[in-house]
Amino acid sequence: MSEKTGVIRVLLAKVGLDGHDRGVKVVARCLRDAGMDVIYTGLHRTPEEVVDAAVQEDVDVLGVSLLSGAHMTILPRMIDLLKKTDADDIILMAGGVMPDEDVAALKKLGVGEVLLQDAPPETIVGTVRRLVAERGPR
Amino acid sequence: MSETDDALNGSASDRARRMLEDWEANELAAFVARQPEGREEYETASGVPVKRVYTAVDGARTPLEDIGLPGRYPFTRGPYPTMYRGRLWTMRQIAGFGTGADTNRRFKYLIAQGQTGLSTDFDMPTLMGYDSDHPMSQGEVGREGVAVDTLDDMEALFDGIDLTRISVSMTINPSAWILLAMYVALAEQRGDDLDRLSGTIQNDILKEYIAQKEWIYPPRPSMRIVRDTIVYAARHMKRYNPVNISGYHISEAGATAVQEAAFTMANAIAYVEEVVKAGIPVDDFAPRLAYYFVSQADFFEEVAKFRAVRRVYAKIMKDRFGAAKPESMRLRFHCQTAAATLTKPQHKVNVIRTAYQALAAVLGGAQSLHTNGLDEAFAIPTEEAMKLALRTQQVIADETNVAAVIDPLGGSYYIESLTTEMEERIFAILDEVDRMGGTLKAIEDGWFQKEIADSAYAFALKKANGERPVIGVNKYVEEEDEDAAIETHGHDPDTERRQIETLRRVRSRRDGGRVARLLEELKAVAADEDANIMPVTIELVKARASMGEIVESLKDLWGTYRETPVI
Repeated sequence: MSEKTGVIRVLLAKVGLDGHDRGVKVVARCLRDAGMDVIYTGLHRTPEEVVDAAVQEDVDVLGVSLLSGAHMTILPRMIDLLKKTDADDIILMAGGVMPDEDVAALKKLGVGEVLLQDAPPETIVGTVRRLVAERGPR
Repeated sequence: MSETDDALNGSASDRARRMLEDWEANELAAFVARQPEGREEYETASGVPVKRVYTAVDGARTPLEDIGLPGRYPFTRGPYPTMYRGRLWTMRQIAGFGTGADTNRRFKYLIAQGQTGLSTDFDMPTLMGYDSDHPMSQGEVGREGVAVDTLDDMEALFDGIDLTRISVSMTINPSAWILLAMYVALAEQRGDDLDRLSGTIQNDILKEYIAQKEWIYPPRPSMRIVRDTIVYAARHMKRYNPVNISGYHISEAGATAVQEAAFTMANAIAYVEEVVKAGIPVDDFAPRLAYYFVSQADFFEEVAKFRAVRRVYAKIMKDRFGAAKPESMRLRFHCQTAAATLTKPQHKVNVIRTAYQALAAVLGGAQSLHTNGLDEAFAIPTEEAMKLALRTQQVIADETNVAAVIDPLGGSYYIESLTTEMEERIFAILDEVDRMGGTLKAIEDGWFQKEIADSAYAFALKKANGERPVIGVNKYVEEEDEDAAIETHGHDPDTERRQIETLRRVRSRRDGGRVARLLEELKAVAADEDANIMPVTIELVKARASMGEIVESLKDLWGTYRETPVI
């Protein structure tokens, strides 16, 4: 959250070869319409590029959209990268298509929340606000 | 239309108007006063307003010649004179996962269940032109489709399947030319006559930039690749469809039915212009252009869409490109039910959704059809889910008797009126694209991408406020989903290792010097705008060059593409 304005800053990212971007764009507009600062990386980024951008942009939340089935490879790597760069105060969220058992495993590993394909806009906005409030100011 | 017809039509339409006005003033007015209708206004999923009832007044809007007859210009009622009476649609369930051998087993299972065509899904690395051992491929090998690196994988994929007897569709785009080269190499190795191969590569790069987002090179060199495949097929593979111009992904990305049809036609225009520019007469290649649309949830709008797009296409090919052969003007299409309509909650309901969508495709005159599995909101489908999806088509074909009459909804006041309305809306969008400077320009400006994102957001909001009901998601929601338990397709975590091992073995056994020489030759051919890259690519795959090596060798010359994201 920006100290001066209190506006939540979010970086949304597509990682790997997955090109499904309908969901991430809808999420971007929902968060923007709710008054947040939203940056979208575009497609086909590496975990390193995305974590770098999240640190540079000093965001509160990093949201990763994955519909390729590669979430159990990509997300644990991003958690490691955030830790290594001392940026684990950035809340990592995930969205897309993932089986329930993977969702549970990811939350245990440190993903703040996983929102699946039918999550309505109010749930998305509410979850971001709740996670940022729970973390508290930095 | 003769003057007598006009007079008769006029009088019928006048009588219909008087009847309607009388009914509105009496029966309707009295009834609505007692019991108001559910909504003030009704519309299709695309936002086309619809009336309470359609009559001969609306029927008079569409000239008889525009409705026509099946197998005759403008093909509104179907591309062939006998349609399903002559030949049923091809039941073509897509399959692809793991290695070539893994998918080969699924193919043989589907054929044993009565499937009449094959369709192949490739994994993300193959779709994007990366070898399985590339760092970008990690976690994705064989996951969403089958992994193909070299001709060895293609041999395993089609082992024991006679390619001259079954048509094979391959969902592959920026790297399609290499897969086509492998297919040709495999057929030649087996001694098959190339003119007897029937099948399709998707190879529709323009809708990748617009919607599906799988690409390697920038749009302009990519168009040249498509041109080369169309020209090669026109000369050497007379029954093969070298491109499948697709609306499906445009719809899945969020576009409305009207946008899906219009954007697909805009892409078709760009391809035809590109090949004609290379000096090939339109009638030499247009008969082999094939199309692919979704069948979405709004039943009548989908039927009208299929009819409208056939008519639009016929008019474009005749009037804009001066095609003379009827085969150049008739649109043939593959259809798939809409994956984005499938839900995780109460997933068994997906069978019902898919059945209605499949029925709309059949009433709309599809040439081949894939019905989605009930488990596709979870993962790629299991064998059991694919069998049920195939049985859905078989019930329509064998039990409902709908295939006995061609275009059975033709002549319906509503369907004809909606068909004409959609035709007009499609042409209006095409005019807009022309004014912007054409399809490629509109892609480069991000125009299609923005339009689709707008529609997707509007749909998401309608779903959120309940205006667009989705059973199990925003209506009839169950706290405890009784059907939550589902067995999904299991991914074999060992796939990546097995696939990379095969790739390394192929590399170690081939003549490396020959591959290197051929790669140099490919670069020289690619640098010459007028040359065709297909023959040398076929030599390369025969020499066991991998897809990734071929793709990488041209990145210096052509560059790579990175999208400027539009939110």
